[in-house]
Amino acid sequence: MSAPTLPPDAAASTPLYRVRGLTRTFGRAGRVKALDGVDLDVSAGQRLGIVGESGSGKSTLIRLMAALDRPTTGSISFEGQEITRLPEPRLGFLRASVQLVFQDPRSSLDPRMTVGSIVTEPLRSRHLRGALGPVQAGVRLREVLDAVDLPPDAAGRYPHEFSGGQRQRIAIARALAPGPRVLIADEPVSALDVSVRAQVLNLLAGLVAANDLTLIFVSHDLAVVRHLCDTVVVLRAGRIDEQGPAEQVFGEPRSEYTRALVSAIPRIRV
Amino acid sequence: MRRLGLYVGAALVTLVVAMALVSLFWTPYDPTLVVAGQRLQGPSAAHWLGTDAMGIDNFSRILVGAQTTIVVGVVSVGIAAVIGVPLGMLAGQARGWVDEVVMRITDIAYAFPALLLAILLAARFGASPVTAMTAIGLATIPSFARITRAGTLQVMRTDFVLAARASGIRWPGISLRHVLPNIAPLIGVQASVTFALAILAEAALSFLGLSTAAIVPTWGKMLRDAQTVMFNAPLQAVWPGLAIAAAVLGFNLLGDGLRDLLDPRLREVS
Repeated sequence: MSAPTLPPDAAASTPLYRVRGLTRTFGRAGRVKALDGVDLDVSAGQRLGIVGESGSGKSTLIRLMAALDRPTTGSISFEGQEITRLPEPRLGFLRASVQLVFQDPRSSLDPRMTVGSIVTEPLRSRHLRGALGPVQAGVRLREVLDAVDLPPDAAGRYPHEFSGGQRQRIAIARALAPGPRVLIADEPVSALDVSVRAQVLNLLAGLVAANDLTLIFVSHDLAVVRHLCDTVVVLRAGRIDEQGPAEQVFGEPRSEYTRALVSAIPRIRV
Repeated sequence: MRRLGLYVGAALVTLVVAMALVSLFWTPYDPTLVVAGQRLQGPSAAHWLGTDAMGIDNFSRILVGAQTTIVVGVVSVGIAAVIGVPLGMLAGQARGWVDEVVMRITDIAYAFPALLLAILLAARFGASPVTAMTAIGLATIPSFARITRAGTLQVMRTDFVLAARASGIRWPGISLRHVLPNIAPLIGVQASVTFALAILAEAALSFLGLSTAAIVPTWGKMLRDAQTVMFNAPLQAVWPGLAIAAAVLGFNLLGDGLRDLLDPRLREVS
């Protein structure tokens, strides 16, 4: 078999995301290579896990995919349309379809806004404005709060009145509000108490299934990725070390590095 | 006890504001009424703070002087904030060469002596409170621009701004909903400290004869009048001196107290 293969269904249909030769360097004269020639396809409905150590380029990759940063070289197309060189006003198709959940809800929720304004903020975007009036926005707010198991009266309160797990639910509700097709989650549970991680992960998995979302899930926790994702990409120092179906990557890893990572997953003997 | 400074500051500021308000409707005597027979009297039941070299009641002049102090402070801080805050937000959000240009101009303006600016303006447009306020306002723009830029940079680094950008919220929305509310405390503190600076500067300009030329009493002008009789009636300099010191101390304590009070929340944002 040849080097990294794509999942069979991804090769068949046109991929949602098509990433080619993606490189992003930082610093003077591009001394720090955060990403170095990454090729990646994500098809609709896929649940892709991106794993790797800190500094392997995971966050850089998803920021580029969400068009929050520009690559040094390389291309990313979303639904067949190149996004890396588009000016912000023409990125509407991407903004309306891709939403993010960040690692730490203490930083991702504005402490001076009520939960209601936080969750409905994406609806104020020019790409969605007009589609939803204030009344529909209110309805949508109640829908998504309900979807993440928060009471409707949460809307009038502030983020600091909630626990860590609840705050991450607020962040998830915000991501769901505009009805995206792709959810990018950047280490969504690593800042949370161990006791609430499973709840939030199960909620996320349930919402992805119920809303037919494509999930891009970034984590350094392989056990979580194994539980949640069908496809895995292993990043190492800005390059893809291995990619393939989750079962194969975890079951019979090909690269030395991935083997070491997989064998480091803690197991509970029963 | 930790908030003692804040309370003392708030009390002194309230006192100055109350004096200005009361003097609008009532003063013990006409603050411009010259009574030839009662020059340089010491404190008495009739004249609590005595009378000046023209026989005018000192207490009445101090009360009316508070009006000028408040007006000068508000207008100077207003000019500085209205120009400095947008400049700082622009620099902090645009980054790159816009940031460089704005901040270098700010550096140059910062290095320009405020008193020289006041003298130049007075020479060109004549000595008046408007000239003084304009000079003080222009001279304090750089400090507002700098502190606003620093706060803006901090807010722009948060994930909630990233989340807003990922939804296609553009800079006007981010500025109004995220940046401004989160840096408002910072600007409030700066306003309070600048207010103290403005009071002091106006007193200095009055003393030099660069502010009000009319009969309107100001604390700086009272100080100037007192100078000529300093060895015969030292108390004449004490009253306006105390008033200036109390007002400056009040606004400084209030600013410091607010800073201490609000700091923990700012740290939580970063």
